[in-house]
Amino acid sequence: MEYVNPEGLRLDGRRFNEMRQIVAEVGVVSKADGSAVFEMGNTKVIAAVYGPREIQNKSQQKKNDHAVVLCEYSMAQFSTGDRRRQKFDRRSTELSLVIRQTMEACILTELMPHSQIDIFLQVLQADGGTRSACINAATLALADAGIPMRDLAVSCSAGYLNSTPLLDLNYVEDSAGGADVTVGILPKLDKVTLLQMDAKLPMETFETVFALASEGCKAIAERIREVLQENTKQLEYRRAA
Amino acid sequence: MVMRKLQLPLSQTQKVRFERAIERLQSLSSANSDASVIVTDSIPVNHDDAFLKGHGTSEVDGELLATVCGVVERVDKLVYVRTLRARYKPEVGDIVVGRVIEVAQKRWRVELNFTQDGVLMLSSMNMPDGIQRRRTSVDELNMRNIFVEHDVVCAEVRNFQHDGSLQLQARSQKYGKLEKGQLLKVDPYLVKRSKHHFHYVESLGIDLIIGCNGFIWVGEHVEVRDPMAIDDQKDEEMISSSSAGKEQNHNPLETRQTICRIGNAIRVLSNLGFTVTLEVIIETVNLSNSKNIDIHDMLGSEFHVVVAENEAERRRTKRKK
Repeated sequence: MEYVNPEGLRLDGRRFNEMRQIVAEVGVVSKADGSAVFEMGNTKVIAAVYGPREIQNKSQQKKNDHAVVLCEYSMAQFSTGDRRRQKFDRRSTELSLVIRQTMEACILTELMPHSQIDIFLQVLQADGGTRSACINAATLALADAGIPMRDLAVSCSAGYLNSTPLLDLNYVEDSAGGADVTVGILPKLDKVTLLQMDAKLPMETFETVFALASEGCKAIAERIREVLQENTKQLEYRRAA
Repeated sequence: MVMRKLQLPLSQTQKVRFERAIERLQSLSSANSDASVIVTDSIPVNHDDAFLKGHGTSEVDGELLATVCGVVERVDKLVYVRTLRARYKPEVGDIVVGRVIEVAQKRWRVELNFTQDGVLMLSSMNMPDGIQRRRTSVDELNMRNIFVEHDVVCAEVRNFQHDGSLQLQARSQKYGKLEKGQLLKVDPYLVKRSKHHFHYVESLGIDLIIGCNGFIWVGEHVEVRDPMAIDDQKDEEMISSSSAGKEQNHNPLETRQTICRIGNAIRVLSNLGFTVTLEVIIETVNLSNSKNIDIHDMLGSEFHVVVAENEAERRRTKRKK
């Protein structure tokens, strides 16, 4: 199948280095300490953060002087074309773990001893790149909850099809069987916190795909910052002492 | 532009009015808005002078970065970021309202919207009989006579333990169990610390406790009585009101309606993200009365817009003075 036509356009009309439209909003769940909705094209994820709060299950506490970060990823039954049955399959367990580790790396857990932070992520619409969308949504929600962080973790995926590196794969491109590289970075500190790839890529190609994905991350970071800036200003002038 | 939306359906005119009110609020407070930062924004500091980095900041490669979203505050040499929409940060002496979630050994655990539960020791409580004495094991067994789970209590922050947990105390008649009223939860950044957190609205016969942790109690007014005086009266009451006691426990419909009205006023203010003070609450209540808005309509779109407009007007006149 042809994923990039001779004019250099992809199936959904994007160019190789073009992202899908991003819509982000914070403060969507009123009961939660922090919440956000993050959309990339047709992929839509809702995130809710509770905490830092008292540890509910003491046995989960490993390090006494650090906050415990818990993450639950789930896909809504209606998020894909064919209805999903199980709630906790192996895929979502793995994703929960990946997202938890990524977020734990950027939260300053040592500032909140004897407490836990719960991150709940639900995929409302799945169209490729749910992993990245989840991390971005979680970052927004954590920032909204006022939880101290080293940096805003952002993530973006890239792939390699028809000998072209492609940014931000959608579901069709994702399931084409080519390599899918998900990159998570801390833009300010310029560090990589997440790197996953299925399938194989030659070294040189990987470099270009990775570079493309981190460019995408930076663009997303820019967008997330705008949203947070606007939100912070808004809260401050409404409060006005 | 993206903003924290009201989760309410607004008609076209309401939308325009609301946006105009918000714009006016923005223009009124433009002076301070450039101090707002988000995570990893660098905070400008003069590196030649010594400065102290406070909460919400971290130093990376000689640059001072914010670790939370909020507003930069500078007090003398201290530079810190005041967070908005975060959990409650207790300070010793704060008056807080909380909910008992567990009765444990010699202590109650209280939910306060803090990162941990607060601890109210039996020994830092005034006993109901008002006598100062050592707490015995009998007192410990009778703890459930004082507070049980889900009771709403009012207390003061006593100190922090070395492990960061929070100790409360309730050593006065004004603290203790709160009954016959409503507990409302708002974001703690909307409450300002002040001299008075206990308010008695005489015209309405309502007690209002604005806890520093964002928990607000609205309840029927209760006379704070001297424990000695209670002792004397007890015997008389025993004889006179043993049968009539139960019925008096219901407060009248009018009081309950007033409580709901104040409660809804606070909910509207918190939805809009306005600072919650006694003055603003009472003004909102009066506004709803003067506009003849029913209690259950107060949470509708129209009243939100009216309150936003009123707040803009209020801040404008206040600024003129």
